[in-house]
Amino acid sequence: MLIFEHAQTGRRAHAQAPYDAPAADDLPAELLRGTAPLLPESSELDVVRHYTRLSQKNFSIDTQFYPLGSCTMKYNPRACNTLAMLPQFLARHPLADAETGQGFFACLHELQEMLKQATGMAAVSLAPMAGAHGEFTGVAMIRAYHDARGDTARREIIIPDAAHGTNPATASMCGYTVREIPTDRQGNVDLEALRAVVGPHTAGLMLTNPSTLGVFEKAIVTILKIVHEAGGLAYYDGANLNAILGRVRPGDMGFDAIHINLHKTFSTPHGGGGPGAGPVGVSERLMPFLPIPYVLEERGLYRWAEEGDCSQSIGRLSAFGGNMGVLLRAWVYARMLGGVGLRRVADFATLNANYLAAELQKAGFDLAFPERRASHEFIVSLKKLKDATGVAAMDFAKRLLDYGFHAPTTYFPMLVPECLLIEPTETESKETLDAFVTAMAKVKEEAEMTPELVKGAPHTLPVRRLDDVKAARELDLAWKPV
Amino acid sequence: MPFIPHTEADIAAMLDSIGASSLDALFDEIPVDLNCAGLGGIPPSLSEMAVTRLAHGRAAQDGFYSSFLGAGAYEHHIPAAVWQIVSRGEFYTAYTPYQAEASQGTLQLLYEYQTMMASLTGLDVSNASLYDGATALAEAVLMAVRANKAGVRRVLLPDTVHPRYRAVAQAMVKNQGIELVGVPFDKASGITDLAALEVMAGEAAALVIPQPNFFGALERVDALTDWAHAHAMLAIAVANPLALALLKPPGLWGEGTQTRGADICVGDGQPLGVPLSSGGPYFGFMTARQALVRQMPGRMVGRTVDLDGKPGFVLTLQAREQHIRRAKATSNICSNQGLLVTAATIHMALLGPEGLKNVALSSHANTRALIDKLVSLLGVERVFSSPFFHEAVIRVNIPVPDVLRALRAQGILGGYALGRDYPELADCILVCATETKTEDDLEQYRQQLERILSRRNGRDPSVPPCAYK
Amino acid sequence: MSIPADLKYTKTHEWARLEADGHVSVGITHHAQELLGDMVFVENPTVGRNLAAGEECAVVESVKAASDVYAPIAGEVTAANGSLESAPESINKDPYAAWMFKLKPSNSAELDGLMNATSYAAHVESEAH
Repeated sequence: MLIFEHAQTGRRAHAQAPYDAPAADDLPAELLRGTAPLLPESSELDVVRHYTRLSQKNFSIDTQFYPLGSCTMKYNPRACNTLAMLPQFLARHPLADAETGQGFFACLHELQEMLKQATGMAAVSLAPMAGAHGEFTGVAMIRAYHDARGDTARREIIIPDAAHGTNPATASMCGYTVREIPTDRQGNVDLEALRAVVGPHTAGLMLTNPSTLGVFEKAIVTILKIVHEAGGLAYYDGANLNAILGRVRPGDMGFDAIHINLHKTFSTPHGGGGPGAGPVGVSERLMPFLPIPYVLEERGLYRWAEEGDCSQSIGRLSAFGGNMGVLLRAWVYARMLGGVGLRRVADFATLNANYLAAELQKAGFDLAFPERRASHEFIVSLKKLKDATGVAAMDFAKRLLDYGFHAPTTYFPMLVPECLLIEPTETESKETLDAFVTAMAKVKEEAEMTPELVKGAPHTLPVRRLDDVKAARELDLAWKPV
Repeated sequence: MPFIPHTEADIAAMLDSIGASSLDALFDEIPVDLNCAGLGGIPPSLSEMAVTRLAHGRAAQDGFYSSFLGAGAYEHHIPAAVWQIVSRGEFYTAYTPYQAEASQGTLQLLYEYQTMMASLTGLDVSNASLYDGATALAEAVLMAVRANKAGVRRVLLPDTVHPRYRAVAQAMVKNQGIELVGVPFDKASGITDLAALEVMAGEAAALVIPQPNFFGALERVDALTDWAHAHAMLAIAVANPLALALLKPPGLWGEGTQTRGADICVGDGQPLGVPLSSGGPYFGFMTARQALVRQMPGRMVGRTVDLDGKPGFVLTLQAREQHIRRAKATSNICSNQGLLVTAATIHMALLGPEGLKNVALSSHANTRALIDKLVSLLGVERVFSSPFFHEAVIRVNIPVPDVLRALRAQGILGGYALGRDYPELADCILVCATETKTEDDLEQYRQQLERILSRRNGRDPSVPPCAYK
Repeated sequence: MSIPADLKYTKTHEWARLEADGHVSVGITHHAQELLGDMVFVENPTVGRNLAAGEECAVVESVKAASDVYAPIAGEVTAANGSLESAPESINKDPYAAWMFKLKPSNSAELDGLMNATSYAAHVESEAH
């Protein structure tokens, strides 16, 4: 039942708004609304109960293991939420003078400095509001760099075929053309293909390392050398930074621009789709182009760097500087973990992934790259199972839901047929991983014995398999009263 | 180890299963010369107790103010139930609802949100959010250019649109060779100058129409919408969603029965249950006419049925999005501002149509009362003659930075200094009083401003300073 | 997989049929619709538009993919199949009956440069490996 169907004309949650208000008799009638908007008329209890019940129809980290590859669904510490929502932080207006927010700025400045340390970059801006927004920022800076040098023939961005869809979409938003390069059988960038596409039109390369295939790009130094020698710059997609924290830094690999998904590596919540935060880091040569604002410290006082401070900046990315509440959560997380704890993130994410891969292999699953060391995630291919039983990766994933596990990422990356991309994260215990292996083995057995059971899954959730073809053909995007 | 559950025995057993000798061995594919020696530059770990004390200290250092700042971010009362429900782990720690059957809570909530926003703006379809109002405007510009069959890459962007929104739109569209052209405002009324529009040369894909505009003034939206359509442009509304509980929805803008209203509406959803939070996270909303649905960026939720014919919800029209369409996607956006939309939906459900309208009316009435009080002072005058929603511009006869600094010393944030964006308004302040302000708050502002002005204008202080803070 | 012998084919999986009136109908092949899955939307070129051979001119969209359709040969668009807007599933049911648009060829001889059924079958086979 929708909230609108719970409503009754004339019912009010009177405690929630001014009981009545003077008429706006000074406003011209032609500018006023004629009929009321379609909002429910409900009591406070109705609303609380409705949305509490809806919440119970969700899987979440707090209730289920969520081994969703490339998404880093690890525990979101509660202190981060509590402290980011201290009343003074919540009440602060974004345009209030810096003098009124020195405590707030101190947290942000520390985060900015810690991210520089963690990534080995020369400077960081906290402005981008999501990973894709960080990518946009990075590529826009690369473009500004070339343009500032009069090097305007560089209009191509090179992207491996295993990349997240945001990479090519970002290149397009920056007015660039995408040159896709293939992956070799070991899961590495095909160096010959790379050499063949670089040249005077190359603006840059976008790369995730470890890649979305869950392996470390061993020839990373050579790759960046090829790009740099051709006059291009290198962009690091930080989606998988959690795999290498404290082990190797993007700045040391030679990247010119990076983004960091704080909602992955620094454990801010995903919130059912957002908000995230995607701070960017840059090498020396891109520093003049950093987006505004970023935090400046002058004589012990903090303030935002704004238009007057950096004439070559690519500009503003949001009205008020970024997702501050997310940044505060990441600050709390980084302060609680410290340098040693952040390195442990990579150690134990990698331990859990390799352990889970080894156990699944022992249970009869095919790893996509069995000869490679898994990073923080790895790929299982169900191609043989599908050929033998007709059960596809999507069916398999849906059946896992019945066993109380969120499904791994399916059908990404597209290079591996019938793939499950599995990322356990460091916050899960050995018992949870073992229980997941048991469930995987059970579903495999069901696929072999009773494939229809798996193809019809899920069977125990609030709804059965949903008709997404109907949803797209007969668009119903908003409720209408009968 | 914070947030890592492994015992020594677990680690040994797991390494044994992998066949690795140590944790270090798991990183043996990383070239040795790239290894960094840990993260010594990051301060040591703090306990939850220690970090709590640190954060409380910093928050206390910042304190509270009586704020009359608006300029795109507004203080409103948020019912306690909103963030208690939003903070439930099932909403707070869920992922994007790609696995629909395991995400019906989030998906149904988003469908309800889309319904509310479509109705509030008077348009057909809504997406599930963008980053903020400014990026939503940038996306609307890109959308209008995509929808323009003639390939026109020029959009009219009035000077009365929020200066930060204009800056963000510029940063986001310039690399695609799109030109944003300013439109001047009438100096007396503070709204977009229709006569100036008439003489603007050349074609454009769209005209952006703010309501209310950055000065709080109400634009002549009907005439602007009709003008845009008469010149083969789309009309893009930039609206305060709270104001739309009171004002004519963009989907009905235009005069007569022939109008189709604005084509796209965007704005910032912050006034709908999102705390000021020093600037974010907020959320951008976007609604549009049905005909433009495939040009929209961002996620959308559709209602459908399951195998048993039972209603359910899924993400739909995903072929527009980056994970499928890659370089040809309508936008690169992936993560959006889902949790803020969760708050806004619950907020709107609690307030209902009448509650939301009363918040709008109270805010309007408080700002009227404040303006009346302030312009009664010698040395203060109203600048623009147009009717306003819950913000207005005043001119003061002593330097604006001095006024604001002196007010701040008394615990009052007196408003937004317009000089940094509009040099010709260097002696002007944009002030806002929402429903949260009491008669006493307004009176404090008046008294303090009077004292500051009298002192600087050479009269005796008639009012004692107040330690509001 | 169905590949009618009387049609011409492109590497990008369009089919072209020379009609009696000299116009050429264009659609997507059985193989293409199978790869895409259940069709949910079709966007056709506007009538009167002049297309170069190989020009991107239409889009077919399923739940899990969207694919561009390219003009097999140069010509002016003389008709677009409006019935696909409300019934995109016709492409899944009978891809060779569900023509998308018709062209008045600039040069009918260009059709000879396209693949026949045998070479298209070989092309599909080669892409599978």
